[in-house]
Amino acid sequence: MSEKPTMPKQTMIEFKDVHKYYGDYHALRGITATIRAGEFFSLLGPSGCGKTTLLRTIAGFEGISKGVVLIDGKDVADVPANRRPTNMVFQSYAIFPHLTVAENVGFGLRKDPRSAADKAKAVEDSLAMVGLAGYGKRAAHALSGGQRQRVALARALILKPKVLLLDEPLSALDKKLRENMQVELIKLQRQVGITFILVTHDQEEALVMSDRIAVMFEGQIAQLADPETLYRLPKTRAVANFIGTMNFLPGKILSSAGGRVQVEAAGFGRFEMDEEGQVTGEPTATGATVGFRPETLTLLFEGQQATDRECMATVEEVVYYGDMTYYDVRLDGAPEASRLSMRNVFGRPVLDIGTRTRVGWSPGAMVMFR
Amino acid sequence: MKIPSLRIYTIAYLVFLYTPIVILPIFAFNNATVIAFPLRGFTTEWFVAVWNDAELHGALINSLIVAGSTSVLSTAFGVFAARASTRYSFPGKGPLMGLIMLPMVLPEMIMAMALLVVLLSLGVKLSLFTVILGHVLVCTPFSVAILTSAFQSLDKSLEEAAYDLGEGPVSTFRLVILPLVLPGIISSMLITFTISLDEFIISNFLKSGEELLSTYIYSKLRFPKYVPNIMALGTILVVISITLLALAEFFRRRGLAKTGAKDSGGFV
Repeated sequence: MSEKPTMPKQTMIEFKDVHKYYGDYHALRGITATIRAGEFFSLLGPSGCGKTTLLRTIAGFEGISKGVVLIDGKDVADVPANRRPTNMVFQSYAIFPHLTVAENVGFGLRKDPRSAADKAKAVEDSLAMVGLAGYGKRAAHALSGGQRQRVALARALILKPKVLLLDEPLSALDKKLRENMQVELIKLQRQVGITFILVTHDQEEALVMSDRIAVMFEGQIAQLADPETLYRLPKTRAVANFIGTMNFLPGKILSSAGGRVQVEAAGFGRFEMDEEGQVTGEPTATGATVGFRPETLTLLFEGQQATDRECMATVEEVVYYGDMTYYDVRLDGAPEASRLSMRNVFGRPVLDIGTRTRVGWSPGAMVMFR
Repeated sequence: MKIPSLRIYTIAYLVFLYTPIVILPIFAFNNATVIAFPLRGFTTEWFVAVWNDAELHGALINSLIVAGSTSVLSTAFGVFAARASTRYSFPGKGPLMGLIMLPMVLPEMIMAMALLVVLLSLGVKLSLFTVILGHVLVCTPFSVAILTSAFQSLDKSLEEAAYDLGEGPVSTFRLVILPLVLPGIISSMLITFTISLDEFIISNFLKSGEELLSTYIYSKLRFPKYVPNIMALGTILVVISITLLALAEFFRRRGLAKTGAKDSGGFV
């Protein structure tokens, strides 16, 4: 995680009960959240969840129907997009195809009172920052996808905005390039110290890059937390499912005392949990559920001892990935199979379907949804 | 053996379509006043006669005035309509755009008569101006069609990017939108110019005394001794038209290449 030793804690953006209607369609349903100055913040959610709409309300491309948006403490309701202290990197990059790279990057400096030479210097510096030094004279329409992305970044950052908005900036790149750009963006953000707000539907990308993430479903923020909390203690089963994979088995809270809860779960039996660190969510009609990530279960081979607890299970499905193997195993007494991931080690066999096996697990890795 | 019927059909079709146009230059250079084979000999005297025809000069100047004004006006209207239809949605947009495009398919005869009746009942005197009005009416749909494709290939986020970088609506139009649709505008002006130049029906109905190129040609065709001159003039017009349309297509394609858009077919 990109924990910074001295992360500024001042508020940069504040949403207060923000609503947005498109005709009858309720796109944003009461967004209340705070984005801190200097943090890398992500809006994560499936398509149509309102994340892009929310980003565009910051940029000023969308008005809001109700509520308040504050940028650096200032209500921006009456501030048009061209006078907001924000700049955007568009999903399509929106590079002006009729201009050169340098003209694109310097586009926002037109009203800048500096001399032409100073501006040219600023453009060159900005291009160097994104690794495109010397590309200024090239025609913008002849650039590759990754280069356009960098030009878009340079063009936005040259104006030294308070907030940089990134609308799915990596979705058009291939996997390798995307992973490289993720790291570069993190470095760039640390270097310039500007608040970055990223919209993405890729949970992995959000986990890798963000200081904090707001997971959005249907126009609402389902959970706002740092990546580790989101992964380890998701507030709802929907969030748990969106961030990685989580297994669910029916469970019960038996008793609670002194911050510890006694629980019982199908396949695992009775065990104890930390109430604050492991019990989450609101009570639902379907009853309590125990959740656990695939990597928290371990297959125990001949002679291996469980580090904590163990139970018996049957292998129902095997998916081989090279470095990993995913097993769907049904714990004895569980109503359905659970997914388990094992790092493949040389010399260790991949089990066949139908094999009976011991499974190691730990109460500390469980999550209880009330 | 399989008979290449489609190929034969295609060749026959092209021969039927283009023979008259090929005949034009052949007789324009033929050394005889009668349009008939066999050809007698090569001459450029008809072109010289056309060059020295003062009446033709007047008609040509009138036609250039009309075609020039028509191309500017209909392209200006086309810009407004294309921008409105591609960027904004408003009630009645579909029917409205349909009405704008209608003159493309309405019989020109009907429009010419209707315009004549309306103009006369309004007490407007027929002149080159009334011809321009009529031409703008038939040319605007072509402008709208060409410019709509130019505006459609504009990514909306380009405009937003310009706002985002501090520009207002006017400077955004000037710095981003205009340069990107300029090839479409030039293409529209060239095509409407060409259409106006050889338009006959509306010109004939709405002109007053002064002749236009098309009406002049028609009036002279009745006299056999002028026919070779007309052939020469026709040859010149064909060359001009093809040149203008090729130019228009060149600009249209360049515009697409500039914005990186896919070619979705043009007029040529």
